[in-house]
Amino acid sequence: MCLGIPGQITAITDAARQMGLADVSGVKREVSLACVADRPLEDLVGEWVLIHVGFAMAVIDADEAARTLEALRALGEAQEALDQMAEGDRALAGGQA
Amino acid sequence: MKYVEEFRDPSKAHALLAAIARAADAIGASAENPIRIMEICGGHTHAIFRYGLDKLVHEGVEFIHGPGCPVCVLPMTRVDEAVEIARRPGVIFTSFGDAMRVPGSKGSLLQAKAGGADVRTVYSPLDALELARRNPDKEVVFFGLGFETTTPSTALTIQVAAREQIPNFTIFCNHITVPPPIKALLDDPYMQLDGFVGPGHVSMVIGIHPYDFIARDYGKPLVVAGFEPLDLLQSVLMVLEQIRTGRAEIENQYARVVPEHGNPVSIAAMADVYEERPSFEWRGLGEIDASGLRIRDKYLAYDAETKFGIGYAASTGRTPVPEPEGCACGKVMTGRMKPTACPQFGRGCTPDTPLGALMVSSEGACAAYWTYGGARLAAE
Ligand code: SF4
Repeated sequence: MCLGIPGQITAITDAARQMGLADVSGVKREVSLACVADRPLEDLVGEWVLIHVGFAMAVIDADEAARTLEALRALGEAQEALDQMAEGDRALAGGQA
Repeated sequence: MKYVEEFRDPSKAHALLAAIARAADAIGASAENPIRIMEICGGHTHAIFRYGLDKLVHEGVEFIHGPGCPVCVLPMTRVDEAVEIARRPGVIFTSFGDAMRVPGSKGSLLQAKAGGADVRTVYSPLDALELARRNPDKEVVFFGLGFETTTPSTALTIQVAAREQIPNFTIFCNHITVPPPIKALLDDPYMQLDGFVGPGHVSMVIGIHPYDFIARDYGKPLVVAGFEPLDLLQSVLMVLEQIRTGRAEIENQYARVVPEHGNPVSIAAMADVYEERPSFEWRGLGEIDASGLRIRDKYLAYDAETKFGIGYAASTGRTPVPEPEGCACGKVMTGRMKPTACPQFGRGCTPDTPLGALMVSSEGACAAYWTYGGARLAAE
């Protein structure tokens, strides 16, 4: 929860709400782009961002994203983040995760 | 040095370790008289254990594990208050997974759930808000906790809830800030720290200037660091070099991610939604002045403490719950005791049956000791 996980923005889903779709290690997840919206939202598509609990917090380059992901994998924290995303989806689906 | 070969760039690691050794020797650091460097962030604690950095560096460098795991510093009283809210009829209580197993005096949130409370793990406060939209007949409460990495997320979520006028959503706010506990540790006459490795992702949000007082008022160096083992070694070297050359500055090893002035949108959202509490209780550290955040009056409709009359908003006042018998969390948290010296380590307290919060999260010092060799130590 304290370490962000890199994801790549693939689409803008709701411009008014500043929401976009991110690909996080193959998992698609809607994230808020409010904190990185210092540029037109469309320009974020294709960019790598560091995601904290559903919010993109910083734009990073692809090399930094790869290195961070590798470090998180080694710590088991990448899997933890992905598990929590899946659990969040289950909670929303109505069942008690 | 069996771990170094796992590094992304082993030759660089060897070079850094050699430079650290030279600097430590030049300062005259030794196992008996070590340079004590506190890593504040639990993510760094985890990485140090994962790579055995504490064993790899010169024996004159000692890592002191700081209070930077928000789950670990959550006091029992707050867990009890969370459980109390979760048990109210009509409440859906949502939380990050990390906080679900933290023991309170009457059990954890997970145990409350087993007892019938509607407790759900979510990944993001936005998930909790979505639950509120979908369940207008329920009260959805989100367990807001964490340092400045997660604080913007709940601030922004409250702003959305207010904009959309969602009436059945509140946050049980336990957000804390990094600088005050560092000040508390520096003011503690029993703590002897020579420098700090500063948190990376917290600093990405707040920038590097909130630490200025550490160098200016206390004459100690702090280097903001990334999470790769090479980042950590580089940062340790930078701290040692400051000490060797008689400097005390705030330096940024992680400039590729951490902007000097942080993230302006996050900072503005936090300032809009939250204000400092006069003081806040930390597990193991007690009440620390101006270390916690509460929701400002204009957003009070989104404050679970106010809505449910619990915690700092309780009319009867709060009675802090004492730590469990035989638990040394406070001493471990302040770097006075190694986890393995706790009488409960590996006996009453393991990751499966945590007694203290430091055993719950992978970023807690006790869990890190256990996972990376502590089980062996406990058996010895
Ligand atoms: S071993 Fe358990 S009880 Fe002892 S300090 Fe660590 S978390 Fe606390």
